[in-house]
Amino acid sequence: MFSNRYIFIYSSVMVIIVAAILSSAAMFLKPYQERNIRTEKIMDILKSVNIETTKKNAEELYARYIVEEYALSLDGEIVSIFRDNNFEKGNIRAFDINLKAELGKEDQLKAGKGTDEPCFPFYVCNKDGKNYYIIPLRGKGLWGPVWGNIALEEDFKTVYGVTFGHKGETPGLGAEIANTDFQEQFFGKTIFNDNFDFTSVKVVKGGAAMLPPAEQIHGVDAISGGTITSNAVSDMLFDCLKNYVPYIEDQVKK
Amino acid sequence: MSEEVIQKEPLFSPKNKRLIFNPLSKENPITVQVLGICSALAVTAKLEPAVVMSISVLAVLAIANVLISLLRNTIPPRIRIIVQLVVIASLVILVDQVLKAFAYDVSKQLSVFVGLIITNCIIMGRLEAFAMGNKPWPAFLDGIGNALGYAWILIVVAFFRELLGSGTIWGYPIMETLGLYKLGYENNGFMILPPMALIVVGIIIWIQRARDKELIED
Amino acid sequence: MQELFNIFVKSIFIDNMVFAYFLGMCSYLAVSKTVKTSFGLGIAVIFVLGITVPVDFLINRYLLSQGALSWLGEGFAEVDLSFLSFIMFIAVIASMVQLVEMVVEKFAPALYNSLGIFLPLIAVNCAILGGSLFMQEREYESIAEATSFGLGSGVGFFLAIIGIAAIREKIKYSNVPAPLRGLGITFIITGLMGIAFMSFMGIKL
Repeated sequence: MFSNRYIFIYSSVMVIIVAAILSSAAMFLKPYQERNIRTEKIMDILKSVNIETTKKNAEELYARYIVEEYALSLDGEIVSIFRDNNFEKGNIRAFDINLKAELGKEDQLKAGKGTDEPCFPFYVCNKDGKNYYIIPLRGKGLWGPVWGNIALEEDFKTVYGVTFGHKGETPGLGAEIANTDFQEQFFGKTIFNDNFDFTSVKVVKGGAAMLPPAEQIHGVDAISGGTITSNAVSDMLFDCLKNYVPYIEDQVKK
Repeated sequence: MSEEVIQKEPLFSPKNKRLIFNPLSKENPITVQVLGICSALAVTAKLEPAVVMSISVLAVLAIANVLISLLRNTIPPRIRIIVQLVVIASLVILVDQVLKAFAYDVSKQLSVFVGLIITNCIIMGRLEAFAMGNKPWPAFLDGIGNALGYAWILIVVAFFRELLGSGTIWGYPIMETLGLYKLGYENNGFMILPPMALIVVGIIIWIQRARDKELIED
Repeated sequence: MQELFNIFVKSIFIDNMVFAYFLGMCSYLAVSKTVKTSFGLGIAVIFVLGITVPVDFLINRYLLSQGALSWLGEGFAEVDLSFLSFIMFIAVIASMVQLVEMVVEKFAPALYNSLGIFLPLIAVNCAILGGSLFMQEREYESIAEATSFGLGSGVGFFLAIIGIAAIREKIKYSNVPAPLRGLGITFIITGLMGIAFMSFMGIKL
């Protein structure tokens, strides 16, 4: 009833029609999808400095509060500065940096394989007359990526706020890192000790009370049952923050 | 010819009504035909994703049924499964893209389960069993009927799991409003965990079959 | 190496396809009446998952995801075809299943006869597509990780279906309330098995 020729023509026509429909739909919807991702990123950044946003006012609040965006090199040099919608130096906008790719470059560089210099995003937020510094984070959790933002106070060592997100951590266990109860523990902790040696903030299994009293300011309680995710958060904080240590030390000396 | 058919058979003839209403009970795709359980249960921890999932399945199933029914005389039998898969997969991609663009939060919650609509056996099953041999209008009704039959199970399961597990309905903290926490009531976190979805469906099947003895298996 | 083993064990026990994500439920319920057929289906699923997940991994990495086409030249670096991933994955799965069917028919006719119509069912088995989609979502980094995830998920499904089939064979002799017989009790037992599997969540890896 149906010849091979017919089948071939039939399938080719079908493939062409389907391809046309799908690619035009993808092109048409892409701007909306990208705006959603962008808005989410903005809301996440602003949440780390404890500014509540809605989808509608996210862009506006971002423009109001985030006054400068830097891109920093591994040695703490400022590669580019973005202020008031203008590049004052360089041409890399912190907001557009893909942190995952930059961390990959860093690994390659350390393994002696790559030569690409990574650069890291750094935001300056001005809220109620005070400056806060926001550092984006990214790491590997139990099931997939974990990410977040950490905001430091003007002294560059006290944590002002954090956000964490994850893709597929176990609900009720690892997924708790996205809860405010977990995140609020970080407020007021410090990532440097009194001698300004980098300590990061550790997520401690069994609770921060397990640490010696002098170190308790650098630790928070892990999630019971979510040890791997808790460790992942610890590692992520250490790995991401350490790249900013040269820059921060420079700033503090000044 | 076609006019005659319409005269003989009004749009909502008893036969067509059966197409919609049978899948709700006697031929329910989930509890009786055992189709489409795969992607269904994982999204029932909360009401909102369950409803969005139901709407997505409804759209895909109804449109796919109509398309396949329109094409039924042109599809070479040898490649019919592929044609069906392509139609379904394209529709699901469209649904996924639309969700990502206009309902981003829900689309994140549904994650891979939108994609799994492709392998939802209800859709393949209905295309193969019904749309390949019927006119577009009955096929459309059949699609709607089966999707609704799927939807109500999903929504009932999600309703109980969200109410008992999180104490909310559609995010509204109903248990708190009723003041039950003060009386010592606590949420049963167990309800949110995956196994409870299976047990709730088991109970629905139990109730349904206790009322309708015809459905009892030996 | 240890990482690979972790992924393998995790996908068998903790994130079991059937008990944690309800994937592959249709064939799980339809084929689990006897241990013998379940065994065949389980093996087929392990085999197909073990092949399709790494193949889809390569397709995702070198064809679909953003910047994946950069090996073709600079001009392709920005192309993002990830919206096509569903259709590509399902096409790979459908053709792999066809292949498995032919191989089984040729080399194990007895198994082919007992599996009967269920092999084509694997093409629309959510566990298979789910395996590829989870692989994409969880961003596994190497083909070895993807393979061990695919095989682990397959073994998880295999264990689940063998378990339920053995229980169903035995439960025939029990006095189950009439309306629960068949499907109803299977659902509830699966739920109970899921609860049992949840105790594996405590494994420290």
